[in-house]
Amino acid sequence: MNPNLKWKALFIAGVILVCIYGLVGMPSFPTSWTKVQDNFAHQIKLGLDLQGGTHLILQVQVQEAISQETDQTVDRLTAQLRSKNIRYDEIRRVDDTHILVRNVASDNTKEFRDYVSEQLASVWDMSYAAGENAGFQLALRPSAIAAIQQRTMEQSLETIERRINALGLTEPTIQLHGRNDNEILVQLPGEGDPSRAKSVIQAGGQLELKLVEDSTPYPSEIAALSAHNGVLPAGSELVRGRSEGRAGSAAGAENWYVLARAPVVTGRDLRSAQENRGQVPGQYQVNFSLSTEAARRFGPFTEQNVGRQMAIVLEHKVYSAPRINSRIDDAGVIEGTFTQEEAHDLALVLRAGALPASIKYLEERTVGPSLGADSIRHGLQASVLSLIVVMIFMLIYYRLSGANAVIALILNLVILLAALAYFGAVLTLPGIAGVILTIGMGVDSNVLVFERIREELRNGKSPVAAVDAGFGKAFLTIIDTHVTTVVSAVFLFLFGTGPIKGFAISLTIGLLANLFTAIYVSKTIFGYHLTRMERQAELSI
Amino acid sequence: MEFFKQPNIDWMGKAKYFFALSGFLLLLGGISWASKGGLRYGIDFKGGTLVYVRFAQPPDVDKLRQALTAQGIGSSEIQKIEDIANPSANPSANEVVIGLEQKGQGEEALDAGKAQILKALSVTYGVSASGKADFNAATPATLAQFLTQRDPLAAGTAAPERYALLAKKLMEYRDKDAGGVLTSFAGLNKVEGATPAVLSALQENYSLGTFAIRNVEIVGPKVGAELRHQAIWVTLSALAGMLVYIAFRFELVYGAAAVLAVFHDVLITLGFFSLLHFEITLTVIAALLTLVGYSMNDTIVIFDRIRENNRLLRKESFADVVNTSINQTLSRTILTSGLTFLTVLVLFLMGGQVLRAFSFALTVGIVVGTYSSFGIAAPLVVAWNRWRGQKAGAGTGPAAGIKSRGSETANGRLAAAGRR
Repeated sequence: MNPNLKWKALFIAGVILVCIYGLVGMPSFPTSWTKVQDNFAHQIKLGLDLQGGTHLILQVQVQEAISQETDQTVDRLTAQLRSKNIRYDEIRRVDDTHILVRNVASDNTKEFRDYVSEQLASVWDMSYAAGENAGFQLALRPSAIAAIQQRTMEQSLETIERRINALGLTEPTIQLHGRNDNEILVQLPGEGDPSRAKSVIQAGGQLELKLVEDSTPYPSEIAALSAHNGVLPAGSELVRGRSEGRAGSAAGAENWYVLARAPVVTGRDLRSAQENRGQVPGQYQVNFSLSTEAARRFGPFTEQNVGRQMAIVLEHKVYSAPRINSRIDDAGVIEGTFTQEEAHDLALVLRAGALPASIKYLEERTVGPSLGADSIRHGLQASVLSLIVVMIFMLIYYRLSGANAVIALILNLVILLAALAYFGAVLTLPGIAGVILTIGMGVDSNVLVFERIREELRNGKSPVAAVDAGFGKAFLTIIDTHVTTVVSAVFLFLFGTGPIKGFAISLTIGLLANLFTAIYVSKTIFGYHLTRMERQAELSI
Repeated sequence: MEFFKQPNIDWMGKAKYFFALSGFLLLLGGISWASKGGLRYGIDFKGGTLVYVRFAQPPDVDKLRQALTAQGIGSSEIQKIEDIANPSANPSANEVVIGLEQKGQGEEALDAGKAQILKALSVTYGVSASGKADFNAATPATLAQFLTQRDPLAAGTAAPERYALLAKKLMEYRDKDAGGVLTSFAGLNKVEGATPAVLSALQENYSLGTFAIRNVEIVGPKVGAELRHQAIWVTLSALAGMLVYIAFRFELVYGAAAVLAVFHDVLITLGFFSLLHFEITLTVIAALLTLVGYSMNDTIVIFDRIRENNRLLRKESFADVVNTSINQTLSRTILTSGLTFLTVLVLFLMGGQVLRAFSFALTVGIVVGTYSSFGIAAPLVVAWNRWRGQKAGAGTGPAAGIKSRGSETANGRLAAAGRR
């Protein structure tokens, strides 16, 4: 054999070994046939459409976080201007990103300007507004809006990740999604029922402990207001109690509590939360403990307020309002008629922290395990059958050279699968479409070359010259067809989402593999065959 | 073995028949398209809820309709899934898709439709009357929990792992061997580890509903519209990318002709979708993209040969060069198309319901895509060259019908052309 061919053969063997290792040699070296199968199943990750599972796309209501920033600034401004004795007519929130401070007294204008430029200028732009709404207009800077958006998304992603991971499902995927920068994709392989995951994700998880101002709750909002002559005392708010009896049953009287607006402790101060059996058998509660820093505040506070009530508020609903009997440092309990699962999920939501903004679901897909199994079985049967038909045909039509094409096709598939395994790409239904197009073009490349060789043989060339010319002339065509398709695949990958991307990935890898197998490998095999053949013998094509 | 030795067909002479045929197919699709008020989009693109249900017995659509109407969703679409390859024996003959369009009431209640459909099903086909849980709706986790609590095998300390494994096997039997809907507990005794004690424990706690949910898809209306725009935009940009590459490798007119031909293929395939009432889903878009790639491939193979022959056969008219090129590649065209067609036909017949619309698009697409490369793309280039030749000839003399110089100039072979 000539040395050039030997090196080529070695290189090809190397590629094959690397591919086979990628398919069945990881994560640990196989020692038995079942281990080989396990490894293969581990390396080729199937998409949800083939495996079964839940796919959720949710949208974070980023606008809420922006609006919240504006609300907080209004509160801060009000408090600060009051403490600095700056007089003005009104502080008004114009919209989510604008605040109007009307008619600041003229002798206070300088002080006001100084305060704003010192404290708020990094986030707010100030301009003077004339006319009816004369005063200073504060506008949230675009850079600040972008920062809030980014922070909100990062926080949401992290929080959802922590919550989902705590559910103990296998290999969940949680990632940013789409071009709008406010969507998150959650994939739960093998999870046929999304309801639990959804309720865990959606739970706001905002826990607050607030002092109760009026010792007895009121039966309605109106009753509470009329007890205070229509106006609540400053710094207090009216919060509804969580009605007994769970969602759906309207039983249970309403309770309205007048609470101090400022929370003593919030969810951020939690150190841990755990579900526990309650006093009533079959009912569960959530016990929580506070961080040392919060305990340092909470201890003295409870000492001062012994005898008063402390409301445990979750998502703006009072769960319970126990009396403070003695100094409490760092422990508390949320009572409610929870089942074990509910208590468990609530505890995990509290541990994972609150979401910075609420979320909406945009898309929900659940593929049952039986359907996924069907798709795989049908798809696999069909693919294998059609591959066999194609191979038999190539063998009949091109005789010995057909074997060459068969080797090239199989190798193409092996490389494609191995590349998917190495990249950690997921095989989906559209991905299989990419594989089909790859096989089609793989067959085509071989046919192009073989037909060209036949033509050259017909024109009277010797086998060696015909093979050479055949590959040479078909090469340009093959390059053109492949590059054109790869160009389109690149567009699909850049601008497509989900399924379209999966198609583009397997197509691109498949075409690159095909260039290697249909030209390089095939030509090497021909070369090997030709050197062993007698000079005047006919080429089997 | 060889099918075609030296074909000698005047393809370009038949161009007007090809154009007529394409026009007819486009018109047919267009009429169907217009009369049905547009294409039938799947919920991927219009938003809504789809629930795939498999029943133990062939379902009575009227009864199902009544159940849905009782929940106030009588407007749902009920579609039976037929297995084309094997309509009688296959259990998927008992399968139904219930579709509910999103009524644009905002996206808060995204899964409201699903809840209604599930309620309708469980009222009519469920086991709520027996007071037991539905084994066909159980998940491995709930089943394992039940078994661990009940401990029919007296497993002791190893119980959680043992029952988790058993639950997984039981569910696998239900999903893979029984096709998702178990009709009798007796079948479970084939499962390794399912002793009579386990079976009787199961029977005490569970009963068997006569349906199982196979698949649920819910897409919000906004997402649907977004996906639709995106699919169109992405496809167009991919086509533009190909146009630029072909124009760079060949000439602009070749690129334009190839893209027009591909466009023609997609439109005709969509026409067939409209005629046969198939739904356009995201998976179908993947199939259309496959057909774009395939048709383009076919066209380029012929163009490539034209480019090569243009250099070799200087004496012949451009139309003859194109004819020769198509004839020379005919054997390859038939072979490749035939084999690829065979592949997708197998997929269409055997691929199951999920792949049905997908493989249908490919089956039609491959036929149309192959035809368009010699029937549309090549004649378009010839027609363009003839037109250019006539235009140039009007001033300088009778040049009509001869090989266009325009194409040569653009290819940078001015000197060679001057030889003539």
